[in-house]
Amino acid sequence: MLRVENLHVSVEGTSIIKGLDLKIHRGEIHVIMGRNGAGKSTLANVVMGHPAYEITSGSIFFQGRPLEELAVFERARAGMFLSFQYPAVIPGVQVGTFLKKSVASVRDEPPKGRVFRKELNAAMAQLEMDKSFLSRYVNDGFSGGEKKRLEILQMLLLKPTLALLDETDSGLDIDALRIVAKGINQIAPEAGCLIITHYQRLLDHVKPHFVHAMIDGVIVKTGGPELALELEDRGYDWLDAAA
Amino acid sequence: MNEEALEAVGDYRYGFHDPENATIRFDKGLSEQVVRDISELKNEPQWMTDIRVKAYRHFEERAMPDWGNCNLLESINFENVTYFLRSSNKTEKDWDDVPDDIKNTFDRLGIPDAEQKWLGGVTAQYESEAVYHSIREDLEEQGVIFLDMDTGLKTHPELVKKFFGTVVPHSDNKFSALNTAVWSGGSFIYVPKGIEVEMPVQAYFRINAKNMGQFERTLIIADEGSTIHYVEGCTAPSYSTDSLHSAVVELIAMEGAKIRYSTVQNWSNNVYNLVTKRAVAHKNATVEWVDGNIGSKLTMKYPSVLLKGEGAHAEVISVAYAGEGQHQDAGAKVHHLAPNTTSNILSKSISKNGGRSSYRGMLQVMPKATGCRSKVVCDALILDDSSRSDTYPTMEIGNATADLEHEASVSKVSSDQLFYLMSRGLAEEEAMGLIVNGFFEPFTRELPMEYAVELNKLLELEMEGSIG
Repeated sequence: MLRVENLHVSVEGTSIIKGLDLKIHRGEIHVIMGRNGAGKSTLANVVMGHPAYEITSGSIFFQGRPLEELAVFERARAGMFLSFQYPAVIPGVQVGTFLKKSVASVRDEPPKGRVFRKELNAAMAQLEMDKSFLSRYVNDGFSGGEKKRLEILQMLLLKPTLALLDETDSGLDIDALRIVAKGINQIAPEAGCLIITHYQRLLDHVKPHFVHAMIDGVIVKTGGPELALELEDRGYDWLDAAA
Repeated sequence: MNEEALEAVGDYRYGFHDPENATIRFDKGLSEQVVRDISELKNEPQWMTDIRVKAYRHFEERAMPDWGNCNLLESINFENVTYFLRSSNKTEKDWDDVPDDIKNTFDRLGIPDAEQKWLGGVTAQYESEAVYHSIREDLEEQGVIFLDMDTGLKTHPELVKKFFGTVVPHSDNKFSALNTAVWSGGSFIYVPKGIEVEMPVQAYFRINAKNMGQFERTLIIADEGSTIHYVEGCTAPSYSTDSLHSAVVELIAMEGAKIRYSTVQNWSNNVYNLVTKRAVAHKNATVEWVDGNIGSKLTMKYPSVLLKGEGAHAEVISVAYAGEGQHQDAGAKVHHLAPNTTSNILSKSISKNGGRSSYRGMLQVMPKATGCRSKVVCDALILDDSSRSDTYPTMEIGNATADLEHEASVSKVSSDQLFYLMSRGLAEEEAMGLIVNGFFEPFTRELPMEYAVELNKLLELEMEGSIG
């Protein structure tokens, strides 16, 4: 469903991704690990269409269509979702209003008020979120953990076919990590997932099919869950030669 | 940012106009005779005629303000303004009796619906005078007076004479002089001691005729321990020539009283909106101005509060939206005249498409006013590079016991905010609309629900460019 071919990306003239290939099929969970600055977040952002990133060569296809044809909101409506590492603060906009607008934009048929509230209540209960969340302003004054929960709540409601999760596990305590993992596992069977992380510990709860090691803008090694353990244990230096 | 999204803003959906069917229409232009004629036509007592003439003479001598937007002010042609236009021979109490063409206008604006749902009383002013007026019976029985100003002068001359011009004297500025000379319509409210009016009362001001001048005069007196919430809305058609709206509003909050005055001004972009609004708050009284400026070509308006009695409190929340060809010069003034008085000022402005918004504020603490507290917050949001925002705060602090805070910020919508919302399926214009609504939220949440919904819709529609 997602096909990345020989992708080169730069930000403000600096080359970040330097020839990356990746294929994700429905039902597959992929994990990308790598040092800070390796280009992991850039990959997630460029797939979603952040205007600051320039594709200098190569292509990305989603469900067979070249992504360059789609504006950011069209990608969302086509079923793509990015869980942000640093979600933006939108002062004065209540979470409830935002969720309703978002769901109405992404789904072909906007859900009726009562049906939507029911669905929302169920998803929030699952993520152990208090209802008071709904009247707070989007990410305004949220703790790190609260922001990540709100990202996962959006993912559950939007039911994406491709979920990009950019360090969603960072800054979470054990309980929050378990809850977030539950959310990922819920959508995973019907979606393709790309999880960007520094830590193996999320993978105690979410079983990936593929783990990729990224160094200096390219994927240098791909393996199964055991690679994550090895990377956490050994670091990345042993792979530098391959980059 | 998307060009279309930017261009969309500034379209105006109240810009329709209906045929003029004036029963009395004065020739354009202003003279002492015009002033006398207005007074005579209204059968006013001599003292009011005298005030008008005195004010006219002051207007003639008084120079234009040399601040604000001098170029636009100087371009006002006072000779090309109609100073009085009567559209209906009387003020109706039954909506069905309002002349059809006028009724159509207000039906299109949704006024009768609002009255049924959530108001304690309504005045609808069309051109110079009120065409419809009603108040809930229970309020009337409690002694609450809610009238249009002309009727107020006829039926309660002693109250009007006692308070008229005491808060905003005719010599305050050139436009208060003009208003005092040619005023017509507006609201007159008196709330007796201890009466709490729970449902807001509303006035709706509509200019329909070309080159019209609307000069309503509003006087609200809240007696000891009473409360009142007054709401006003304003619209006008979009003509290629300019109209002038120059109101004077005087509020008097007696000991322990509370007045809230909410405005959503949505004049079309050919209206000069030059308004003097001022309140006096006596001991432990509260005055709140909730002031929204969305329309007009040039607005110069600075709701003020004189905190005259110990323990009085002022709250001013204002927003301004300046689109193409608009200058919103708005703000607030608070004068701490008595000890232990407090005030909060929150001002938010948005400029786009070359629009200009200015915050002009005055905070004064007199030497004898010890133990005062005040907080001023000004936030400006600029949506593109061609737009402009300025801040002109003035503080005169007469003693060292005052506890003052001042915060100001100027920001732009960040690409990260837009990207975040768009990654959730919102088109760019929808994302902008949501951010703008969020920015104004501290203001909208203070409005009655119906106004808040209307304002949010208005801003969203403008961002989407789908105004029909």
